[in-house]
Amino acid sequence: MSDDESQTRDAGFDEWLDAAEAGEAYYLECANGHGSLPPRRVCPDCGSTELEETALPESGEVATFTVTHVPTPAFEEDAPYATAVVDFGPVRITGQIVGVDLEAIENGLEVEPEITVSETTGERVLSFSPV
Amino acid sequence: MSNVRVAGVGLTSFGNTPERTSRDLFAEASITAFEDSGVPRDDVDALLYGNFMGELSEHQGHHGPLMAEAAGVQAPATRYESACASSGTAVRDAVMRIRNGEDDVLLVGGAERMTNLGTAGATEALAIAADDLWEVRAGVTFPGAYALMAQAYFTEYGGEHEDLAHIAVKNHENALNNDKAQYQSAIEVSDVLEAPQVSSPLGLYDSCPLSDGAAAIVLTSEEYAEEHGLDAPVSITGTGQGGDRMALHDRDHLARSPAAREAGEQAYADAGIDAADVDFAEVHDCFTIAEVLAIESLDLFPVGEGISAARDGRTTADGETPINLSGGLKAKGHPVGATGASQIAEVATLLSGDHPNSEFVESGTTAVAHNAGGTVASATVHVLEVDN
Repeated sequence: MSDDESQTRDAGFDEWLDAAEAGEAYYLECANGHGSLPPRRVCPDCGSTELEETALPESGEVATFTVTHVPTPAFEEDAPYATAVVDFGPVRITGQIVGVDLEAIENGLEVEPEITVSETTGERVLSFSPV
Repeated sequence: MSNVRVAGVGLTSFGNTPERTSRDLFAEASITAFEDSGVPRDDVDALLYGNFMGELSEHQGHHGPLMAEAAGVQAPATRYESACASSGTAVRDAVMRIRNGEDDVLLVGGAERMTNLGTAGATEALAIAADDLWEVRAGVTFPGAYALMAQAYFTEYGGEHEDLAHIAVKNHENALNNDKAQYQSAIEVSDVLEAPQVSSPLGLYDSCPLSDGAAAIVLTSEEYAEEHGLDAPVSITGTGQGGDRMALHDRDHLARSPAAREAGEQAYADAGIDAADVDFAEVHDCFTIAEVLAIESLDLFPVGEGISAARDGRTTADGETPINLSGGLKAKGHPVGATGASQIAEVATLLSGDHPNSEFVESGTTAVAHNAGGTVASATVHVLEVDN
């Protein structure tokens, strides 16, 4: 990512990272109860435009994971690192798994959001750590 | 509604030619396709061209007119971008335009220059097919995304890395006779299992290579082919396209590809066939696990059984349903924007008897090409049939 890009925030997404850093992660819930992630104006499941920020359940479970050894340049110094899809019920979220040995990660592991910083770029990274 | 004939096809060799521009690659493929078809360039009504990462690898946008010019075609041209399904979507639109009577002759194809970016640069470029905010910024790579699907598949249906290894071995074996293939070398299961890991459980030999290359096809209406006495025994008789949520985590199921299933069902219905009528298929095996998901989505194997199909010899060249007789993306190579069109070219030559591996499908009349973009947020499926 270039310096210019990193200086301009991505509205919706960076606010979400801010909230997660403050321990107040949320998802968007539509009038029909579908969950999704910002920035978003329309529910991708049903087209509802009534989206409300709703507290994310405190923890989720690892649904699937991988350990990446060949990264993009933006994570060159972070590899090897684990990435997982974490199921929170109303939404699933993808992030890195930190605070646990890579070998100890397994499906069903209970984790909570933790915003970390890339060792390569210094950018914020959506991560999860065991509860 | 007009039938759509494959009048001519052209492929460059796929491989590692970092210095070659995409305009040069596509020009070569188009020359072969025109020669193969016997159709004059002046008769082309439009070019439909697939490309994915030209902005990143060549600092080039607006590929349509550039590639028409490279092919010597004076006609309107449009670029199609649907990640790795870019030229599959171009083929689909071409089929519909000819059927609608809008056009008689279309040049369709695609090209990609990738290896000039190097492994790290190409990995970054490929990753833009995923959701930048919610996947790439968390470190998701393309092999990583398919690894997440592989791990989910193993958890739900069973299977192990050795099952996937047999897919890589099979596709390398199939490419031995394909002189356009990037790898014409046999590998063994142990090579796959012992290769360096890319994203667990996938290793280097589970992944298609980075490739430069191009594919071009001349498609015509039935009427045009008849009037001009073309030797064009293969038709595209079915087309389908499916879509899904962009990010893998938003899919209903982490180990299935409903977009490909939807595309397959549409294409089969369009051609008036069932999965049981399919004699062989070229599918989008960007990673070994992707072949499993593809053959299950196409209903060639029940969900949960695709994993063992190669290991059990059911999809090998002499198996009941040969898969990726060209060598697939795994061994033939995967110049992203060219792949969908190259699959159509391979299927057409396999059906017409002009492919080095045609001997394995001599009695085959009906085959399928499956092209997928991203983690299958985009998919196209085409049915091709040869005149008896």
